[in-house]
Amino acid sequence: MAFLELKEVTKTYRTGDLDVPVLKGVTCQIEPGDLVALMGASGSGKTTLMNILGCLDRPTSGEYWLGGEEVSRLSNDGRAHLRNSKIGFVFQSFNLLARTTALDNVRMPLTYAPTEVGERAGRERATALLERVGLGDRLDHVPSRLSGGQQQRVAIARALVNQPSLLLADEPTGNLDSKTSAEVLHMFQQLNEQEGITILLVTHDPEVARATRRTIRVKDGAIADDGRSEAVVAAALH
Amino acid sequence: MRVTRTVGTALRALRRNVTRAVLTAVGIIIGVAAVIAMMEIGNGSSTQIQKTIASMGANNLLVQPGAASSGGVSYGGSSVMTLTPEDCEAMLKECPAVRSAAPIVRVRTQVIYGNRNWVPMYIYGTTPAFLDVRDWSDLDSGEPFSDRDVRNASKVCLLGKTIERELFQGESAVGKEVRVQNVALKVVGVLSRKGANTMGFDQDDVVLAPWTTIKSRVSGSSAQTANQSAPNAGAAAGGTSVNSLNQLYPGALALYPAPSATQQADSPMPVRFTNVDQITLAAVSGLAMPQAIAQVSQLLRERHRLRPGVADDFNVRDMTEMSKALSSTTGVMTQLLLVVALISLVVGGVGIMNIMLVSVTERTREIGLRMAVGARARDILRQFLVEAVVLCVAGGTLGIALGIGSSWVVSAVLHWPTESSPGAVVAAFVVSATVGIVFGWYPAWKASRLDPIEALRYE
Repeated sequence: MAFLELKEVTKTYRTGDLDVPVLKGVTCQIEPGDLVALMGASGSGKTTLMNILGCLDRPTSGEYWLGGEEVSRLSNDGRAHLRNSKIGFVFQSFNLLARTTALDNVRMPLTYAPTEVGERAGRERATALLERVGLGDRLDHVPSRLSGGQQQRVAIARALVNQPSLLLADEPTGNLDSKTSAEVLHMFQQLNEQEGITILLVTHDPEVARATRRTIRVKDGAIADDGRSEAVVAAALH
Repeated sequence: MRVTRTVGTALRALRRNVTRAVLTAVGIIIGVAAVIAMMEIGNGSSTQIQKTIASMGANNLLVQPGAASSGGVSYGGSSVMTLTPEDCEAMLKECPAVRSAAPIVRVRTQVIYGNRNWVPMYIYGTTPAFLDVRDWSDLDSGEPFSDRDVRNASKVCLLGKTIERELFQGESAVGKEVRVQNVALKVVGVLSRKGANTMGFDQDDVVLAPWTTIKSRVSGSSAQTANQSAPNAGAAAGGTSVNSLNQLYPGALALYPAPSATQQADSPMPVRFTNVDQITLAAVSGLAMPQAIAQVSQLLRERHRLRPGVADDFNVRDMTEMSKALSSTTGVMTQLLLVVALISLVVGGVGIMNIMLVSVTERTREIGLRMAVGARARDILRQFLVEAVVLCVAGGTLGIALGIGSSWVVSAVLHWPTESSPGAVVAAFVVSATVGIVFGWYPAWKASRLDPIEALRYE
């Protein structure tokens, strides 16, 4: 059984009297430990799909199974719990708390953990993660004193602090130059290989997609292409 | 545990924007400081005003003997002789609402010094407690006479300002002797100026002397005295069973050996009361007047052995006019302060709400992020609410300190009377926390209603 499974997922937004279908029946499966890129042009529905996968939004119809649990009908609080315990988010614009040290930024999600993590345990876990992403010497640096790549690495550490099984990254390299992009991508690959975390990267950058094992291309609210990254990217470029 | 975690998060959030947090709290700080300072200064003035009114006699009671009547003809007030110095002692001992009490013996006669003479409005025989009852303890010069002088019927007196002026014409009166009804009384002190009372009588036109002195040395030989009781009491002042002074002042010198029980049984002596003309007393406060009246009336009925149904043989009078002025003054002061306090706290609260709303807008992305990593709506609500409450409580604490400080400065620099008010401190603390909850609720609720997707994308 797949780790993550979408069955005929649709999403329709209603603007006034007009129904705007954004997702028109998406069905796919992702195996545990996979490294997947989600590509698509603007307006293709990939952000909506990402929101549904991240349990930030609910599908209008269809089923979403995550780790053997149907989550599309969960309440707001239930989804918040799920996001906290099973999903880590990395954003294009990092979204670190300003004037807050790297350590405190990483520890922040622990505040909302349903089973409380002690002060010392939380600090140790955050320190270990920051060391893991190569920032062990910048624990007390605030975001404004970190470079873009370092900030994104703090964000990755933050996404990992609750030991999620799924990592969702929305354009994680969108704000980074090519060198730091490569670093961050390398980090994702490492995490995927060494920790076995399922990672889903949303991107429109073919370079990023090439770094993954599998690419899903979304077009007009449906999956247009799905397969090994090189083939899909090559097809998309033509 | 969850609460400490939330408070920790709130503190960290506030620390991220210290300037704004401080500026926001300034509203509450000023509000609470104003309340505390107003309460302390207001309390001080209120107490001062009450004291002033009380010194005019607002908490004074006057007990007079009742009216005698014969064959349907009433002899008017104070025409029976039923009050004794022991009544006065008993009131002080047994009525908790009575602060002090003094018996008064009145005469009206001429006072002579050198080649000048004067008939004072009042010559009062009393005890030192009289000065306390009338709030007159600060003498212009000299010292008051003592209980010992009363016990010994010493020939001493205190003069009112008017009499000092009329008899001494600017000279100091202390240490001189005036003659009252051919009794030389040494002036031990001069009373401070009190002016006219509400009826227009000059209160400084007064001579005060121990009541024993007036009773035994002066009034017996006075032609104009209001009472003719016990004309020979002076001779008995030393202490025989006929005179109640014996029990009242047990330390007095015994002139005769105490009679044995057999002697007493063989020659029963007529019991003669030493009566006083009136008893003046002060209640513990202006508000305790009704209790004082009730307690004094009950005590006197018991002591005078009046059966139920028998009319009182005394009258208790209070200064109704004055006590009304007293209670209305305090009431107005309190209400005024309450209104000022409420206004300043509401203004502070609106300031908090305003800044919290700005803060929610500004931190939309942060809220989105927190929701994305698993914060539920109620976590966000609680976080912003706690931030507002922390601001208000911190502001309130600083405000209390500032308020106490400024009232201290006011009393030190301007010499205004102030009085600390623990009630106001507690109230200000509770109110500022409440303001935090009330005015923090709306922004916090707004924050918790945000859609995480929208919030994350907010620019």
